Parts: sequence; structure tokens; C-alpha cells
Amino acid sequence: MRALIFVEHSNGVVSENAFEMLLLAKSIGAECHGLICTGDAGAAQALGTQLTGFDAVSAVADPTVGHYNPEAVLIALKAAVETQAPDVVMTSYSTAGVDLAAGLAVRSERPMLGYVTDLELNSGGLSATSQVYGGKLTAKTDLPLPAVTTVMPGARKAGSLSGAAPAVTMLKPDLSGARTRVREIITPDNSSGVNLGNADMIFCVGRALGGTEKLPLAEALAAALKAELAGSRPVIDAGWLPKIRQVGKSGTKVKPKLYLMAGVSGAPEHLEGMESSELIIAINSDEQAPIFRKAHYGTACDMFQLIPALTERLNSGNS
Amino acid sequence: MHIAVILRLNPVLTDELELTEGGKDIDREWIGFELNPMDDQALEQSVLLKEAHGAKVTAIAAEAEGGERLLRTALARGVDDVLLISNKKDDDAPPPSSRARTPLLVEAIKQVKPDLVITGILSTDDLYGELAPQLAACLNWPQASAVSDVRLDGMVLTVRQEYAGGMAALIEMDLPAVIGLQTAASPPRYVAGSKLRDLLNTKVPEMEASAEFAEDLSEATTLNLPDTSGGAEMIEGDAKSVAARIHEILMERGLV
Ligand SMILES: Cc1cc2nc3c(=O)[nH]c(=O)nc-3n(C[C@H](O)[C@H](O)[C@H](O)COP(=O)(O)OP(=O)(O)OC[C@H]3O[C@@H](n4cnc5c(N)ncnc54)[C@H](O)[C@@H]3O)c2cc1C
Ligand SMILES: Nc1ncnc2c1ncn2[C@@H]1O[C@H](COP(=O)(O)O)[C@@H](O)[C@H]1O
Repeated sequence: MRALIFVEHSNGVVSENAFEMLLLAKSIGAECHGLICTGDAGAAQALGTQLTGFDAVSAVADPTVGHYNPEAVLIALKAAVETQAPDVVMTSYSTAGVDLAAGLAVRSERPMLGYVTDLELNSGGLSATSQVYGGKLTAKTDLPLPAVTTVMPGARKAGSLSGAAPAVTMLKPDLSGARTRVREIITPDNSSGVNLGNADMIFCVGRALGGTEKLPLAEALAAALKAELAGSRPVIDAGWLPKIRQVGKSGTKVKPKLYLMAGVSGAPEHLEGMESSELIIAINSDEQAPIFRKAHYGTACDMFQLIPALTERLNSGNS
Repeated sequence: MHIAVILRLNPVLTDELELTEGGKDIDREWIGFELNPMDDQALEQSVLLKEAHGAKVTAIAAEAEGGERLLRTALARGVDDVLLISNKKDDDAPPPSSRARTPLLVEAIKQVKPDLVITGILSTDDLYGELAPQLAACLNWPQASAVSDVRLDGMVLTVRQEYAGGMAALIEMDLPAVIGLQTAASPPRYVAGSKLRDLLNTKVPEMEASAEFAEDLSEATTLNLPDTSGGAEMIEGDAKSVAARIHEILMERGLV
């Protein structure tokens, strides 16, 4: 069994998800190959030395992939798959993973499975567990090999394996055909002074808030708690709160002492940003909402009744 | 400039989900279906591009049921044309996944001949791969997913692609291309019910695709309701008593 893991990195540091996938691949006894795409050979070597526990590492060092370029990296990944013939290709469920996995699957005529949280060996290949329907259901699939997967962040607890990092072998695929160019890198705008990452207390509202008319209710509770107000992605997308207040996969990762949440379903992309909070209390009228599997306390009480009741209680109890 | 936007129906996830016997699918009898929220963003972005650049927009769907209403909504939202791919799956089978539907959609795209295809980044019922990268691979066009801004300049497209931690990049692609949209430049617009009612009798053009559904892993997959033991301790009661209990928990932990 051979696994090819697409290694993401940011600012010269290999992302945790590479080690999570490594541990998952090792748990099925796979020989683990890593693929690094980066701008130059020096960067490839520097990233390669971080990959302890991998059995082999190859790298594509080319200015075209100096920053992640969806089309060029797909060409590179496909070339690596052709030379290494892995049984299973793993990408993280990240932006790059979404771009690459399904495209690679079609181009290499392999089956593809998304949102994988666990893999086990079975007689014909692998048995995979995935999360679907916004985390409300799990799916078990007999995955024939060779295959492509995207692996959920947190599928295994990241931890590096001991041993030396393998030497980096350079691959030189022809990337000249790419019709995609990276023009500008944008870093988050922190000028507002809001820093959810450092907050001790957060009150997060979800799509169920319904509109800005109800925002004063949420703001009153946040004030009574002395908590930062945050939102799930739909709240930000609808323009009810600014982007700097988004928690989750494509927002901020937080770890407050209290994460109180109302009208948030607990989709995997939201959980990714807040599941290590010390105390999670969830208000959601749907008893099946996936958030209740992560929260410490939950209630199916209607948020529009509970938010004012809790605000009042806190204000009278605190005075 | 011609834009094709691909729309899919999704189960309403706030409804209670139950499984069919054998767990091959969710029980579709009583739950609601809605335009996939991310396709809703794709629809809005297409219409915004039409308004900014005078592009023509064609909405495409391949639903066995509800496709006509879905496409009439798209007309009410401002698309110019619609196309329903007739979807002759047998009645008992679960609706085909994006992987299964891809060949039919590719055939429709080749017929419509757009310069740009936009669809939602994902569909929550789809385990076998997101649609945009699959379409791009079949068409051999460039593709980017997790896109939150789209600008056109002649035959060059610039998108904002989002990464973890609020990072993003502006990525330029030569058209034709495919994008998996996360968020439109502004929230989906509201359409009046009267506008929808006006379109009630509009004929929705249909095409018979000659392509077959592609193979996916649906036969090899069983769905399960997750184990909820070990989950949250549930607080019961009316709002006032729940508020009192939460207050108590916060005080015990010294948080208030
Ligand atoms: C690549 C990618 C990145 C993403 N990044 C993020 C991210 O960073 N952050 C993020 O949050 N999401 C992210 N998402 C979106 C994510 O998949 C979900 O769509 C989103 O988290 C859902 O938000 P929500 O829980 O507010 O809305 P919903 O899922 O619609 O949930 C609303 C909840 O409110 C409950 N409710 C309704 N009425 C009431 C009431 N009166 N009282 C109490 N409860 C009520 C419902 O039962 C429901 O569970 C991302 C998605 C993708 C594809
Ligand atoms: N060459 C690359 N190949 C793959 N992923 C990359 C590459 N460069 C950056 N990334 C990813 O792209 C995102 C933004 O990267 P950066 O701008 O370097 O912080 C992060 O998720 C990185 O992991």
C-alpha cells in the first residue's frame, strides 16, 4: 500500500494537515510519499526537512507554483501520481484539496471520496468513513483502489513521527501549459482591532439570526457577557457582520474559555475553527444539529426567546 | 460573454433527516429541498457579471424533480436563458451525485458554449467530488474553487480564492474557465413572489443528453446517523429556566 500525500505549507512551515494525513496513512500500513510544490529548490529542501516520518518526499520547485496555483499544481500532482503510482492519493479538505482531488480523480480515472475522517483496510481495498450533509450523517464506503481522497482536518491528531526526514527528489513536470497566474497575495485586514483569536469569551450567531434586525439582541447578550460577537460564514456572507468576525475554516480559529453559540448548525467547516474551545454551549432548535455532538452543554430552546432571557438574567445577576 | 451557471437542489438540513431502509439514501418523502446555498451565490454572481459586463447568462440544472421551478427562480433572478437536462434515473435510485451527473452537464455545456461556467463550491449531499473541478477536468479548462470575488476583463478572469485563516489570492485565468463559487460579491437578491408567479407558465427548455451517468461509489456507500452518546448535556425547560441554568454554569466556572 502506497499513499501520496499532497503537502501544503504556509510561510515556509508545513501545515499540520500533512502530519494528520501521515498518521492516517500509517494507520493503514501505507508507505507514505509526500509531494511539495514550491517556488525554488532551496524552499523545497527546507520544507522537506520538516517531513519526518515520511518514507519518501518529492518536490516540484518552479516559480509557477511559488504560491499555490490551482492549475499548475494539478499538473504537478498528476505527474507525481504517474511516476509513483500510489494506491491512495490524499489531499486535505482545504481549498487546494477541493481544487485538486476531484480534478485529479477525473484526469486519472480514479474514484474519489471526500470528507474522509477515517480509513481502515478491508479485503478489497479500504473502508472509508466520511462526513456528509453538513455533518449530520456519516457515510461508510468500500473504496476500491487506486483512489483519491480528501481528508478532514482533525481526522487524526497531528503529531510528527520520529526518524529522519527523507531526502527530497526533484520532479520537473512541464508546467508551461497553465493558463492560470497568481497575481496578488492578500493577508487578512486586522485594522479594526477585533481579534477573535485572543478572545476569552465569544458569542457566535449563525444563519438562523435571519437579518440585521435581530442583531441588537445578539449585541446585547455579547455586551452582558463581555464577549466578542462572532458569526458563522453565512452571517458574514449576508453582510450582517464583518469578515473579521467570522469563525471557521475560512475565518479565524479560536480557543476561548467560553464559546456560546446560537443558530449555528455545527457544520464541519465551522467546527474546524472552534472545537477546541474550553466550554461550548450551543443553542439550536434542531435536536439533530451536529453541534450537539461537540458542545458540552446544549439546549433546543428557541434562540429568540433564550437570548433576551439570558441577557436579562446576566444583567440582573451581574448588577 | 456567455456565462453558464449550474444549479442543484439540496435537502434542507434544518429538517430532521431519516434514512431509507438499508441506508443507501436519506428519506426524501417529507423533507424540503432548496437551491443549494452555494449555487445560490453562484447564481447571484452570474447576474452581477451580467449587469456589469452585459454578459448573457444561461442557468442549467439536471434535477429529476423540481428542476423547472428551480430554473424559473433563476429567470426571476435575472438570467437570460435556462436549460433543463432530462434526468431519467429510475424512481427508486438515489439522485445521481455530481460525479454521476458530470457527463450530462459536460454535454450541456458543450451545447451552450459558454466562456465561463460558475457553480457552487460544493453540495452537502455529495461525497464523490465537488462539481467545478470535475467539469474543468472533463473540459480541460482552468478552474478555481473557494472563490469569493470575480472580475472580468475581456477574455481574462480574475478571481479571489480564499484559504485558511483569512488568507486569499487574486488569481488570473484565461477563459474559458470554471469556478466553484463560495460567496458572491453581494448577497443573493430578493425576488418578489409576484415575479415568480408571472413565470409560472413559462416553458422551460429541456434537452435529452446522450451521455450516460458516470459511475460513482453510491452502491458501495451506506449512510448512518452518527452516534450522539458522549455529546452535549442537554438543558431542558422554558427560556427562563434554561437561562438560569446557563447562568449557573457560567458562575460555577467563574466566567461571569
Ligand atoms: C470551503 C468552505 C469553507 C467554509 N468556511 C466556513 C467558515 O469559516 N465558517 C463557517 O461558519 N462556515 C464555513 N463554511 C460553511 C459551512 O459549510 C456551513 O454552511 C455554515 O457553517 C453553516 O452556517 P450556520 O450554522 O450558521 O447555518 P445553518 O447550517 O443554516 O444552521 C442554522 C442553524 O440554526 C438553527 N435554528 C434555526 N432557527 C433557530 C431558532 N429559532 N433557535 C435556535 N436555533 C435555530 C437550525 O436548526 C440550524 O441548525 C465553509 C464552507 C466551505 C465549503
Ligand atoms: N506551492 C504551494 N503548493 C501548495 N499549497 C501552497 C503552496 N503555497 C502556498 N500554499 C497554500 O496556499 C495557502 C496560502 O499560502 P501562503 O500565501 O503561502 O500563506 C496556504 O493554505 C498554503 O498551505
